Amino acid sequence: MTQPERMLEVEGVSLRFGGVRALNNVSFHVERGELFSIIGPNGAGKTSLLNCISGRYRPNEGSIRFRGEQLLGRSINDRARLGIGRTFQNLALFGHMSVLDNILVGRHHLLKNNVITGMLYWASGARREELAHRKRVEEIIDFLEIQHVRNEPAGTLSYGLRKRVELARAVAIEPELILLDEPMAGMNLEEKEDMARYIVDLGQEFNMTIVMIEHDMGVVVDLSDRVIVLDFGKLIAGGTPEEVMADEHVKRAYLGEEDELLHDEEAEAMPSKQPEGVGA
Amino acid sequence: MSHVPYPRPCGDFRTTYAEDASLYKTRPAFRAAVAITLLAALMPIISWTMPAVVSTAMISNLIQIGILAIAALGLNVLVGFTGQISLGHAAFFGFGAFSSAYLVNNFSVPVLLAIPAAGIVTALVGFLFGLPAARLKGLYLAIATLAAQFILEDFFARATWFTEGYGVTADRPVLAGLSLADDRWFYYVVLFWVIISFIGVSNLRRSRDGRAFVAVRDHYLSAEIMGINLTKYRVLSFGVSSFFAGLAGALYGHFLGFVSVEAFTILLSIQFLAMIIIGGLGSVTGSLLGAAFIFMLPPTMQSFASSLAEIFPAMQQGVAYVKEMAIGLAIILFLILEPEGLIHLWRRIRASWKLFPFSH
Repeated sequence: MTQPERMLEVEGVSLRFGGVRALNNVSFHVERGELFSIIGPNGAGKTSLLNCISGRYRPNEGSIRFRGEQLLGRSINDRARLGIGRTFQNLALFGHMSVLDNILVGRHHLLKNNVITGMLYWASGARREELAHRKRVEEIIDFLEIQHVRNEPAGTLSYGLRKRVELARAVAIEPELILLDEPMAGMNLEEKEDMARYIVDLGQEFNMTIVMIEHDMGVVVDLSDRVIVLDFGKLIAGGTPEEVMADEHVKRAYLGEEDELLHDEEAEAMPSKQPEGVGA
Repeated sequence: MSHVPYPRPCGDFRTTYAEDASLYKTRPAFRAAVAITLLAALMPIISWTMPAVVSTAMISNLIQIGILAIAALGLNVLVGFTGQISLGHAAFFGFGAFSSAYLVNNFSVPVLLAIPAAGIVTALVGFLFGLPAARLKGLYLAIATLAAQFILEDFFARATWFTEGYGVTADRPVLAGLSLADDRWFYYVVLFWVIISFIGVSNLRRSRDGRAFVAVRDHYLSAEIMGINLTKYRVLSFGVSSFFAGLAGALYGHFLGFVSVEAFTILLSIQFLAMIIIGGLGSVTGSLLGAAFIFMLPPTMQSFASSLAEIFPAMQQGVAYVKEMAIGLAIILFLILEPEGLIHLWRRIRASWKLFPFSH
């Protein structure tokens, strides 16, 4: 048996904004083909961690290696070529471009034509190249079931669709590692189920390694191979979803104490009784 | 689907990606574009055979609209595509005019070659003045381009080896021993470059780097994640924009016959901005419409004010003021009523007749 390849290795990463420690000595690794989730309360540093991997922030200490290669010090736009794609928590589409163009932007590092050959289009082979990539983009559009909005400006779409277009754009990079920042935030149950299916398929059919931040515990437990939990910038637990859910620290930091939980359930049950009272 | 961005006739389905990526989405649109181009190409011939229909003044106006349209197109790549406002476009336009005249007067380069060469030289100058874009955005960048405007204007006034300090002559082109001095011949030189430029930028918009420009404008953070080098594209955009400014400036110089150091002020820069805002930011066709609008507005308002003065003789003294106010009023009204530009107006008209008589 060969040792599974380490896709991502994060070692001792610390990130400070002035006096605030956003990340404090965080270490973990992600293996090839894994679906890896990062959870934690709001402000725990999850997105900061993703930003360190994708290059937006530069950690004060530590190292981040992608397939054995040091990522720190490399420019953000290098990462697409290396094989890292990501989606954003707050939508970050190119609002005035069509959905198709948005996804084609993801092909940027795979395309060769430039300003001059692009202008010559027919004569320079840019046309052939564009059309060849268009074929692949259409496959991605089919996979994410967004054919009907292909020519719409991305800014006019509904929230759920925009999330899907963003995923399509990240898939178009053809990354080996895809970072998803809250792919299901603000979605209804049906949209969540669709998105969960796409994410599972990304791993199984597109052979991508996935690192996902998500708040929906049901989704995290069902989909993830492994989970880490951040709290106040510190890694407090890691392991399989079952192990993490059983961890005392996690319960305290993230899910609340047991009696608090009961209390919440009672509180949630309350509103269902109210309509009778109001109706009477 | 309540929103249909590009309504097409029923049954007009595209079956290949090539068809879907074509510049003109329908056959009638393609035919209309060819027809308009042919009509434009016929203008000088009509002028030779029937001077009563197309006067030489009209040819001269069309030449100037064409030249301004190329420059506006260049500015639209910078402002409309990449979202970087420039207040120095007229200086690049002027630099092209002087470069072409310099190449012709000092190195005996044929005028027809000097015109694109001036474009390339101006593109290099554009890269230089575009370097601040690597660090600056928005209004700060606009002020940096204002510096480009004043530095280049000052350069024109002081670099006597380049401009004689007041201006230089620029000859009309000669092709195979045949002088193209007549406006009607020069018209074809301009038409050639208008067609090349507009097709070039349309192609740019549907290929890799054109998309990268728009991506940088719409969301630079995610553009970077998609592998787009922000600095490269921000500066490159200045280069492309300056190329067209220089090309148009060279044509303008050879059209006028004399390039003056005082012709390329910030007022002209602002007029270029007005052209693309009124034509439609980011729209290739809009650049042409906007250039025609801004060029034709003063003469139109002049005749409007003069005819008013005939009805109200008391106004005779104030024709000039009425003209200026009418220009301002027309622009303000236009921006209120159609803020997305002439191209959007055209799209609306087209959309309403596409589905005629079932448009609602």
